Amino acid sequence: MNPPHDTRAVIPIRPLDRQARGAARRTPKGRQVAPAARERVAALCAGLEPRPDLLIEHLHRLNDAEGALRRGQLAALAERLRLSQVEVYEVASFYHHFHVVDDEAAAPATTVRVCTSLACAMAGGEDLLARTREALAGRADVAVEEAPCIGQCHQAPAACAGQRQLPQATAESIVDHVARGETGPRQLPHPLPNDLAQLGRLLAGDLTPEGVIAELKAAHLRGLGGAGFPAWRKWDTVRAQPGPRHGVVNIDEGEVGTFKDWLVLSMGAPQVLEGVLVAAEVVGLDHVWLYLRDEYHDLRPMLQREIDALAPRLQALRERFPHYRPPRVELRRGAGAYICGEESALIESIEGRRGLPRLKPPIVAMNGVFGRPTLAHNLETLWWVPELLAQGGAAWAALGRRGRHGLRRFSVSGRVNRPGVHLAPAGITLRELVDEFAGGMQAGHELRAYLPGGASGGILPASLADVPLDFDTLAEHGAFVGSMAVVVMSQHDSVRDAALNLMRFFEMESCGQCTPCRAGTGQLVRLMQAPRWDAERMDELSAVMREASICGLGQAAPNPVDSVRRFFAPEVGL
Amino acid sequence: MNTNDLPRHAAPIAFTLDGRAVEAAPGESLLDAAERAGVVLPRLCASEGLRPAGNCRACVVEIEGERVLAPSCCRAPTAGMVVRSDTPRAANARRTVLELLQADAPATTALKHDSELAHWARETGARAGRFAPRGAIGEDLSHPAMAVNRDACIQCTRCIRACRETQGNDVLGLAFRGGHAQIVFDQNDPMGASTCVACGECVQACPTGAIAPANGAFAKPSLQRVDSVCPFCGVGCQLRYHVDESGRIAHVEGIAGPANEGRLCVKGRFGFDYAHSPERLMRPLIRRADAPKDPTAIERRDWRELFREASWDEALDAAAAGFRAALGATAARGRASPVAGFGSAKGTNEEAYLFQKLVRTAFGTHNVDHCTRLCHASSVAALMEGLGSGVVSNPLRDVEHAELVLLIGANPAQNHPVGATWIKNAIRRGTRLVLADPRRTELARHAWRYLGFSPGSDVALLNAMLHVIVAEGLTDPAYIAAHTRDFDAVQAHVAAFTPEAMAPVCGIEPEAIREVARAFATAKSAMILWGMGVSQHAHGTENARALIALSLITGQIGRPGTGLHPLRGQNNVQGASDAGLIPMVLPDYARVNDASARERAEALWRLAPGTLGAEPGLTVVEIIEAAYRGDISAMLVQGENPAMSDPDAAHARAALAGLKHLVVQDIFLTETAALADVVLPATAWPEKTGSVTNTDRCVQLGRKAVASPGEARADAWITEQLARRLGLGWGYGIAPDGSGTGDGAQGIGAVYEEMRALMPSIAGLSWPRLWRDGAVTYPVSDEQDPGQPVVFTEGFPMPEGRARLVPAALVPPAERPDSEYPLVLITGRQLEHWHTGSMTRRSAVLDAIEPSPVVSLNPATAERLGLRAGALARVRSRRGAIALPVRVDEAMPPDTVFIPFAYAEAAANLLTNPALDPLGKIAELKYCAVDVRPAAHEAASA
Repeated sequence: MNPPHDTRAVIPIRPLDRQARGAARRTPKGRQVAPAARERVAALCAGLEPRPDLLIEHLHRLNDAEGALRRGQLAALAERLRLSQVEVYEVASFYHHFHVVDDEAAAPATTVRVCTSLACAMAGGEDLLARTREALAGRADVAVEEAPCIGQCHQAPAACAGQRQLPQATAESIVDHVARGETGPRQLPHPLPNDLAQLGRLLAGDLTPEGVIAELKAAHLRGLGGAGFPAWRKWDTVRAQPGPRHGVVNIDEGEVGTFKDWLVLSMGAPQVLEGVLVAAEVVGLDHVWLYLRDEYHDLRPMLQREIDALAPRLQALRERFPHYRPPRVELRRGAGAYICGEESALIESIEGRRGLPRLKPPIVAMNGVFGRPTLAHNLETLWWVPELLAQGGAAWAALGRRGRHGLRRFSVSGRVNRPGVHLAPAGITLRELVDEFAGGMQAGHELRAYLPGGASGGILPASLADVPLDFDTLAEHGAFVGSMAVVVMSQHDSVRDAALNLMRFFEMESCGQCTPCRAGTGQLVRLMQAPRWDAERMDELSAVMREASICGLGQAAPNPVDSVRRFFAPEVGL
Repeated sequence: MNTNDLPRHAAPIAFTLDGRAVEAAPGESLLDAAERAGVVLPRLCASEGLRPAGNCRACVVEIEGERVLAPSCCRAPTAGMVVRSDTPRAANARRTVLELLQADAPATTALKHDSELAHWARETGARAGRFAPRGAIGEDLSHPAMAVNRDACIQCTRCIRACRETQGNDVLGLAFRGGHAQIVFDQNDPMGASTCVACGECVQACPTGAIAPANGAFAKPSLQRVDSVCPFCGVGCQLRYHVDESGRIAHVEGIAGPANEGRLCVKGRFGFDYAHSPERLMRPLIRRADAPKDPTAIERRDWRELFREASWDEALDAAAAGFRAALGATAARGRASPVAGFGSAKGTNEEAYLFQKLVRTAFGTHNVDHCTRLCHASSVAALMEGLGSGVVSNPLRDVEHAELVLLIGANPAQNHPVGATWIKNAIRRGTRLVLADPRRTELARHAWRYLGFSPGSDVALLNAMLHVIVAEGLTDPAYIAAHTRDFDAVQAHVAAFTPEAMAPVCGIEPEAIREVARAFATAKSAMILWGMGVSQHAHGTENARALIALSLITGQIGRPGTGLHPLRGQNNVQGASDAGLIPMVLPDYARVNDASARERAEALWRLAPGTLGAEPGLTVVEIIEAAYRGDISAMLVQGENPAMSDPDAAHARAALAGLKHLVVQDIFLTETAALADVVLPATAWPEKTGSVTNTDRCVQLGRKAVASPGEARADAWITEQLARRLGLGWGYGIAPDGSGTGDGAQGIGAVYEEMRALMPSIAGLSWPRLWRDGAVTYPVSDEQDPGQPVVFTEGFPMPEGRARLVPAALVPPAERPDSEYPLVLITGRQLEHWHTGSMTRRSAVLDAIEPSPVVSLNPATAERLGLRAGALARVRSRRGAIALPVRVDEAMPPDTVFIPFAYAEAAANLLTNPALDPLGKIAELKYCAVDVRPAAHEAASA
């Protein structure tokens, strides 16, 4: 795994040679702000309000311009935001996409990130990384890094050169893009337009807030970010809290194998925004933040355009409906941290801090952004809201199979003929999903195992290919669907290697807050490399992580280990 | 379980713990409730006084109906909750957590003998070596006070919460993530090169010794622990000395005193080794006949060059003989007496009381004063004039009840560090701070508004604020009508002080003045804190009058979170003043011209009626002036260092050198002692027992913890011995070694009880009560009275109970910059050095952090003067010149110079102006005109 992104200060083993007695410090204690750094930071951060909660946005300005974060500039930024240096540094050093360097250090003009998470690793990601490093070895202005899942699992192996996402990358294609300077975000086609029809109905009184919630209930719509919490209940809970209430849209899908949100947003951003506006009106939200993972560079300008384009339309609605108070909608940029997909970590990040999950209780619905009651939803959940209001919740619910409700977007990758996002009935089995939607197994590959829900959801054997896939249905097998990230493995794939890859991912992405996850993931990575696994120690680690970790990351991180021991024991000498 | 421990009136919450019915107080954590029920759960990240973080997971328990285990430190029981701590599921999880942490940090007991990690590992049965060790990270030994060993760190973040949430210093943080997460200073800088102010709160918070005293003091248990009070400023923090087997103070821990709740600063935590300095005076000294008094050669002299050792009897006889001779040479007494005394605000109340009693009775004069004259004399003058009392109206910690705090002319982050933490805590909870100071000091980052006014223009700024409040109708007419008089005078006076007219004078934009004035007047509660930036001016009394008016006309006094708080500088300046160590008043501020007060004192002191004079004595600067003229020929100085602390120090030193007889009691050969005829070695603070009164009027007990070196004796004992030799039949029986008992009938307790008889303010605080309670705030009328932290709630100790409003005149500083001396000099203290540095410069840690004098300059000013950081500058005023290196500091305003006065080798007071405030008689230590230029340059051109 990568070392922390920092050129570590060398801490002396012996006391610093103090100046001889009689020589005092030439400045007050600690690093002082140089005028040049102050001016540079002011220029780069022009137009950004100097608020501490916008720290990460400020850091992006500096990192984008300089290729790294210079200590002198961080000191100047701290002064500008009236923070202490450590308050800036601890945030800067937390996120993968920031690099802290000394003032005089060379910083890369371009950073190439090569994905080595499971789907890409199965497609040769490690090899791509090695060859890219070799090909760019002479370029001092280019840094090559190993990256955790960047959400292009269906086009593996994937990489990102600067801000240019590169599907089915080769060392040559990466070098070509760098050489041509094509490292900016790729252009996306316009998403499907949206006429805010359901919002209009709501404002006109054709639809009541209670009616909206009733439709969500009839649809059995559940949160599609992974937890599957009934949407209507969340709306009801937040709605009952005292104002002001806020909203958060989670566009930080980072679960290994998940890429559906990219597709939903690239095709349907306007519909997502309508979902946001409907939720805001029903629940009474005055401020909504859209938190977009930094890996989706291409979505960022598009989404900002769509948000900007809302303003005149909302103005028109305000003229038609004078009582209407649309929420403030704000786009925030992540900075490379899987943990920020956890809603309370995401909220910490929105507030400009390290993405450390909060302890629950209190739940986010009661105590979210800036301590206010907050409705937090995955974007796909909100995308469905206008859709359900248009076609009726009950009709949608009827589309599921085996008594499950509605449709699900499965991100399918691995050894299938048509990897990609497949909209399929809830309750579909893996075999049906592969055969009916994903074009069947690739030639020469037979189903051996699959991940039903990304890195966290466990690993199931082919013998369980006929169980329905949906929330709650896999619990008896020690697995869950989560964000429906299905990675299909064949007889050519090592389940043991896959599990180790996933555990390394968790080790790298653990926030480090609580002992079981911080120490447990690393200990498991170590134990998993033994030819014969140590079942007793693994049992203890698995138990403490499941039972005593603060958030879902640590609680689910033992799943790959437990699955392998349950279904593939011979592979690990048990 | 005993519910008597619960807060009264709070309905207990019944829940089930391990099958037993248990009750918790509302809001109490499961961890605490369980402990009261006898179920002690391991905990590492949880620590009393710190916000629970719930990250270590060592205290997890099962809660019925919950999917996963819950951290008991972060959960409050609810009615009917069913909790199990004793299941294998919970116990195994706790043990595995300890095993994981032990794997990360296996050797903590070598750093901290009572490592909490090792303790809980034992308690939970954690097996050593169960999991693989973590890679070594290494030590950071860059700081003189503290050693950081990250291999012992378990990322519990107690140090971070202590640094940031308790102290508000914001130096420590958790950087990186996952298994690489680690504590860092600033930007992962070496601690010694960081912005760390070495308060040591992290050391106190760390459960494993990963941050520990650099001297290794945590590695072994202390032999003896003694609770006492810190001597290093007026905040009055309570602390616990840990004494090792060699009788030295190995380390110091903050304890829960009312002023500090366990907090300390760098001086209080790391500055006590001065008491063990090899330079301590061990035997009485008598001046050698062949060693003339040279006022130009007094810096850090070896006593052997100037003195010979003597027995106590010989030295005390010589001291007394000199005073008798001086008194015998003239019949003049009272103001004209040839003898004067400087007591100390660094000693105990009992010492101050005995000292003034000695001077008043043995020398027949009120010529007794102390450094209050150099700190808040003007504030006290204005407060006495306006409110009839010189005390603070509200304790410092009342800032937590204030909606707005106006802090002017004070730098508590350096001078009252623990006081500053309360201000920062309040700001975090929503209090708005207005910081008014020419220097942009540390608290500016936390301030709602910072007003960087021109040095010496306080009255312009404050009168403009008063103008806005009056002109915009923001006064509190009901309060003014009920509790004040002479509002008309102030109203008429401030009419001309429009913000527009004053902006050019004070350098603050009119709109900023208006905004702050409105916010102050309309706040639900607004409190004013000020320091020596207000008082140490020739117009110090005017400054204080304006602040008093601000508070009174807006009714911001007499309630929690309001009022007036002049931050007292020295640890016992309040108590020494209370005890009568002032030329105008007897104990408890009874004016010497009050015949009944004199009669009471004469009766108690068994003096013939009429012995005490009705005319106030001379003040500090006046005494030095009289000595210079030769009108005063003999002086007794106890623990003061006027050769360093008085303005125009060359003049003061010449005056002291010219005395026929100078007796100095001190622990070191101070610059003043170098000019003495007799030097009497005294006990240091940790070597004696006595009471002390902090800035909040809280009387606390300092306790003897270590033996004094050689033949050093307690100041109170010395005073008693002198008194006996001067014909006063004192019989307190004070212990020579400075020890005390709870007995109020003899020894130091008897002194206190005699003093209390003259002091209605502490009538209810007997010596036995103080011995028992350790801290009581006066006024305290009887044994049952808990003491009154907030005063003036029902009016003032003035005629009709009304405060008097006095217009503040716009008086310019006595000496303005001109072409020859174009810059303004401000003097003051540094965080690490206290007063004249006699103690702190002999502390290894404090000396290592700030080893030498510096002159601070704004970068632009330094550049204009051709001075680079670290270059040697020559600073010259009409009174003297010193040379010292430049510190470039953006907090300095342009054309302004700051020099700390703790350094004998570049004594700032050689430069300062002895111009006096007419009422308070305080000198203008915060403003004089100087010239600054490269030292080499001048040498070359000379």
